[in-house]
Amino acid sequence: MEKELKLMKGNEAIAEAAIRYGADAYFGYPITPQSEVIEYFMEQNPIERTGMVVLQAESEVAAINMVYGAAACGMAAMTSSSSPGFSLKQEGLSYIAGAELPCLVLNVVRGGPGLGTIQPSQSDYFQSTKGGGHGDYRLIVLAPASVQEMYDFVQIGFDLAFKYRNPVLILSDGIIGQMMEKVEIGPQRVRRTMDEVIKQCPWATTGKTANRERNIITSLDLVASRQEEFNRKLVKKYDTIREKEVRCECINCDDADYVFVAYGTSSRLCMKSMDLLRKEGYKVGLVRPITFEDYRWSRRESKGIPHYRNEHRTDGRRRNARSKRQAPS
Amino acid sequence: MTEEIIIAGFGGQGVLSMGKILAYSGLMQGQEIAWMPSYGPEMRGGTSNVTVIISDERVSSPILTQYDTVIVLNQQSMDKFESTVKPGGTLIFDPNGITKMPTRKDINIYKIEAAQLASDMGNQKVFNMIVLGAFLKVRPIVDNRYVEEGLRHSLPERAHKLIPLNMEAIEKGKAEVVKM
Repeated sequence: MEKELKLMKGNEAIAEAAIRYGADAYFGYPITPQSEVIEYFMEQNPIERTGMVVLQAESEVAAINMVYGAAACGMAAMTSSSSPGFSLKQEGLSYIAGAELPCLVLNVVRGGPGLGTIQPSQSDYFQSTKGGGHGDYRLIVLAPASVQEMYDFVQIGFDLAFKYRNPVLILSDGIIGQMMEKVEIGPQRVRRTMDEVIKQCPWATTGKTANRERNIITSLDLVASRQEEFNRKLVKKYDTIREKEVRCECINCDDADYVFVAYGTSSRLCMKSMDLLRKEGYKVGLVRPITFEDYRWSRRESKGIPHYRNEHRTDGRRRNARSKRQAPS
Repeated sequence: MTEEIIIAGFGGQGVLSMGKILAYSGLMQGQEIAWMPSYGPEMRGGTSNVTVIISDERVSSPILTQYDTVIVLNQQSMDKFESTVKPGGTLIFDPNGITKMPTRKDINIYKIEAAQLASDMGNQKVFNMIVLGAFLKVRPIVDNRYVEEGLRHSLPERAHKLIPLNMEAIEKGKAEVVKM
């Protein structure tokens, strides 16, 4: 099949990707610079295209709780917002993480604190990596650096969310959301039937049948010892994710005397700086974390250069050689 | 080849769609593209600008401080962007609404009477395509057939019957652009 190339904004690409992935629902509330997500959905009329539900909620809080409800039924549901609106979703995210449900959320970051600005920023890094809401939980965070990755990470994100029954965050920013670049569009996938949902999500509240116990979705457990047990289970899950799902892109790291470390938009600036410095003879490399669960640095003793542990896989388009050096643990 | 362009004017002049058509044309020609609008709270009116980068290489940042080509369509944009043309670069402007002419001596300055020409053609909406034509004459970075394909991809299907008119406007712009 011939590749379908389109020029799209990051915000549009993510919406198209969700429709093509066969997502079941999107609940959103507009805020600059990500309003194009819901605008694109509305324009595409996904209920006609695939049967996907798209709804503008009355607030960000309502939207994330609608995701909570849909996810409890085993649906592939998503929402999106930008920094101030994303802060409002933290309570809901904490509940979803506590109830161990899969969902996909997008934050097109703008400057803060408070209402801040509508211009792009990377200032929600700590909120994204430390959980964001109350209680000990972690999101799986994917940071795209291009419109193509905005598109690609929807599939990766939903797959990870269902694999680990954990919310996945796509951490973007105003530049990637607003910018148009070329995007290679994948084929349309058919949405799961209810039977397939029940098979994939035996834990979901899909209606009790005679041959199984009731499924209960809750983040509440008043028995302290059970809650402790549950927290230990979560930690184990997060450890597994750290071990198995770390992604990063390493460029020119093999012979580097210096490396930039940057994600998203900033990594593109660093890549340009790296190219310019290389032309002047400086051995500069770039490490671009795509997931944020873990940084495991070591120091290369001779030169004192931080070195990224490098067994990680990447799915991005890679340039030049990747470092194969294993850091001492 | 990397061409970094900013197009600046009033909201409603077709600045963003002109940028999109240019970007799509580059895409059809197989190049790397970035299109970045200035986004702000304004809905209509006010100033509007868009950065378009067409390159053989992967594009790094779409936020720039200097451009190879600056296209200005009102005085505010002239005030703001004349100084951002790289030395030896290109400035294209429509004198309609310009009260202070550009003064730099180290750049190539071109004039296109696009508003006047569009009104002569009896269709104000082709204004931006006349400007695009002027740009493509001065900086022939995209082949004409890709421009037509770019139009086909960026216009909705119902507007495809207008492609010949748009191509005519582009030719008009190519013919009428004047070096200062």
